[in-house]
Amino acid sequence: MNYTFSDIQVMTKRNLVKFVRVPQLIVFSTIQPVMMLLLFTYVFGGAIKTGVDNYINYLLPGILVQTVLFGAMMTGIGLVDDLSRGMIDRFRSLPMARSAVLAGRTITDLIRNLFTVGLMTVVGLFLGFRIDHGFFNFLAAVALIALFGFAFSWVSAAIGLAVKTPETAQVAGFIWVFPLAFGSSIFVPVESMSSVIRAFAEHNPITYTVNTVRALTLGLPVGNDVWFSLAWIFGIMIVFVPLAINRYRAIS
Amino acid sequence: MANHPLISYVEEARWRGMSNRQIIEALTSAGWKVYDLTNIFLDHIEIFQEPITPESAENIVTVRNISKIYNKTIKALDNVSLEVKRGNVTALLGPNGAGKTTLVRILATLLTPEHGSARVAGFDVIRNAQELRSVIGLAGQYAAVDEALTGRENLELVGRLYHLSPSLARQRAQELLHQFNLDDAGDRTLKTYSGGMRRRLDLAASLVIRPQILFLDEPTTGLDPRGRFALWHVIRELVKDGTTVLLTTQYMEEADQLAHKIFVMDHGRIIAQGTADELKKQVGGDVLELHIANHEFINEAINLLAPFGSETPRVNEDTNIITMAVTEGASILADVVRELDASDIKINDIVLRRPSLDDVFLTLTGHTAE
Repeated sequence: MNYTFSDIQVMTKRNLVKFVRVPQLIVFSTIQPVMMLLLFTYVFGGAIKTGVDNYINYLLPGILVQTVLFGAMMTGIGLVDDLSRGMIDRFRSLPMARSAVLAGRTITDLIRNLFTVGLMTVVGLFLGFRIDHGFFNFLAAVALIALFGFAFSWVSAAIGLAVKTPETAQVAGFIWVFPLAFGSSIFVPVESMSSVIRAFAEHNPITYTVNTVRALTLGLPVGNDVWFSLAWIFGIMIVFVPLAINRYRAIS
Repeated sequence: MANHPLISYVEEARWRGMSNRQIIEALTSAGWKVYDLTNIFLDHIEIFQEPITPESAENIVTVRNISKIYNKTIKALDNVSLEVKRGNVTALLGPNGAGKTTLVRILATLLTPEHGSARVAGFDVIRNAQELRSVIGLAGQYAAVDEALTGRENLELVGRLYHLSPSLARQRAQELLHQFNLDDAGDRTLKTYSGGMRRRLDLAASLVIRPQILFLDEPTTGLDPRGRFALWHVIRELVKDGTTVLLTTQYMEEADQLAHKIFVMDHGRIIAQGTADELKKQVGGDVLELHIANHEFINEAINLLAPFGSETPRVNEDTNIITMAVTEGASILADVVRELDASDIKINDIVLRRPSLDDVFLTLTGHTAE
């Protein structure tokens, strides 16, 4: 146990250095959410009735949650990349803590997500987004977003280790991320959806999280959404952390 | 481990109030190379490199009746037992799918066998896996080094994960870059490295802690002849410095060149073992190789040759080459040529040579290794 933290730290540092060295990764993981932000603000936004004065104030909290969700997909892809290059073999032959590969990867993606959220917020500010309802409320919102992304990193890790090739990990990621992202309150109020989709969207962990973040940044009461959001986050972690660890242990 | 003489020495020195620096100085002047004292009581006894003496040539690896079964039916290893001597190079030789890699992965704690047991450097590969990992080095079939990092960063990363202190990891990285002729490339990312350089770095990474045993899984697969010769040279130098090596290869020549002892594997079993010379003796005598000029005469030539050989002649139909083990080569040669001439069978070439490991493999298994 005495080396576990040092091992996690070493692995996290290695992953972050890799991330900084591959500029395409930063560019593409930032450009996509920025494009979504522009697309919805200037193309679709005018047609969407949200009950909020400026659509960007409605949209940005949703886009931030979507960004960390897409960012979490990188966890599985990164792990599978290490696996296919024989790096995981090397790590498994070293006396390092067994948990450090997974923890280092998910923590790296947590840090990366915080960086992207910061960047997206700055872009949002240029487009008219306002943090008018307390900076601490905004920080609480960011903390919830980060935790949400962290939980989904473990889902992504479990899936990645199950499919074992980078390409499949990428495709498999989109299969579950897309319905979750669009069947939620990220872009439009769920009240506007057809009844079946609406039932799905109302219980979607993304909706609970986005609603909480939105309430925090718009200065509205968070209500029960924050508890449902946290329940989902911890529920996901209770299931997927052990699942990912088991998958990692079963590598041969 | 616990009664290692150096541990008691350090314990006593500490009890007498000596600082770590004083202890390191004392040990250094006594001829020991000391890297790190902080974890001496834990799992880092390998920080001392012991001078290799002939007496220490005991078994560092003992494998007893190991079987590994994939998907409940495929027997990758079938009741394998073997020993590896300290200070030696031991080769596992065999074709793809013979079980060599599986065996190395079991010994390097990456796989657990279904049956049997194995000890490496005094540790059980299953029960003491974590302790074992801190005294072994592994270089796999693919150069497991990080593309986006520099050579130096790769080595430091591995050093840190072996739990060396940051300064020690840095120092070892520097030493290894120098040792493997990567001084100039050390601070470049691996994107600029050639295949051979990557392999060398991979090998360097597996030597960060000066392992008691180094596992090399097909170390030269995919290298051009020049890269292969260079890597052989490196491996020989390591062995000269006292490193024990267990390598797998499908190249007869490689085992012949490097290994003190060879285990020939086929279909998950060890089918022969010994030095290269001992194995060659199993073929018995020499090998006669005949290149027939005209394909039509092949069968006639075989019938004619058969009485001279110690085994049935083998034919490569594509090249028209007949190979056959013979016991008294020199005296037979003249007779063979005379008979061929009498039957009007033209030959392009006739060679009498010492058997290669290829011949050994053919004799043992009935099929070639590659």
